[in-house]
Amino acid sequence: MAEHEEHAEHGQSHYVRIWGILLVLLTVSILGPVLAPHIEEAAAGVGAAFVKGWMITLLTAFGIAIYKAYLVAANFMHLNIEKRYISYLLATFLTLMVLFFAGTSPDVMKHKGQNWENVAAEAEVDRALKSQESDSHGGEHN
Amino acid sequence: MSTRPIATTRSATGIPTGKLAVWWVVGSEIVIFGGLLASYVMHRLGHPEWAEYASHTNPWFGGINTFVLLTSSLSAVLAHHAAEHGDGKKAAKWLVGTCFGGLIFICVKAVEWTIEIQHGYTITANGFWQFYYTAAGLHAMHVIAGCVIMLIIANDARKGLELHRVELIGIYWHFVDIVWIFLFPLLYIAK
Repeated sequence: MAEHEEHAEHGQSHYVRIWGILLVLLTVSILGPVLAPHIEEAAAGVGAAFVKGWMITLLTAFGIAIYKAYLVAANFMHLNIEKRYISYLLATFLTLMVLFFAGTSPDVMKHKGQNWENVAAEAEVDRALKSQESDSHGGEHN
Repeated sequence: MSTRPIATTRSATGIPTGKLAVWWVVGSEIVIFGGLLASYVMHRLGHPEWAEYASHTNPWFGGINTFVLLTSSLSAVLAHHAAEHGDGKKAAKWLVGTCFGGLIFICVKAVEWTIEIQHGYTITANGFWQFYYTAAGLHAMHVIAGCVIMLIIANDARKGLELHRVELIGIYWHFVDIVWIFLFPLLYIAK
């Protein structure tokens, strides 16, 4: 009986439905950056100036990516009916990744701190931004 | 007397050994791809000039490949569904379909990279393109490896052999799909 219910829950039509949802989410994530400036403008028009275009892009890009990954893991990899051991295993590896990010990102994202300075990174940012600026001015003149 | 090794027949967790091994592979892959993507994110945030470099990637190629991989994931789960019902021939057909998705993915990537390299965006151009080719290249290697393994499993499944392996390659393939789900916004959308 339980097996029958499981099969009914994960029948072919269920998988096709999940795939359909994933495609809709993909469309939204592609349209997000295109519509973001218009949504920002419309939001400012109705007094919701705190809504910014970059927020829309982040939400439609990464918010949707997380939800899509959840849908695939839960429904296609069957993590929702897998033994808890697997969820704990994956959570452990994800935690290791977060620890890695937390431990190293301050030194990479910032180029200056107390008693240290990443001279090479600062010089590269400076050089590249100046080069991009001169390229864009050159483009305007041409 | 059984000739199978003890390691393939015992299970302290209640999870079949092969399946448990695949989940451990997925776990270690989380650290590999997670570390790479986390490095990309921290460099992207620390280098404002990368925004201009990233604007040259083509979201249509990324979007098409996302569609292809999501569809191949559906095919992989339908292969698992068929294998669960003991239909090896149907499972093999769905697996070959999944491989076809992988082939399209690689072809699209080849066209995309050719265009980018012709425009001078090579792996040595700057830090952004180094991450771009490393992350997408490592992912593409996983797609190729998955296709090869899948064809071997499909060949057995066609004869009704080792049908439990259809689920195992499916788990791996869905993980490769999930990695791309995160690569897509990182490399093609957030500009």
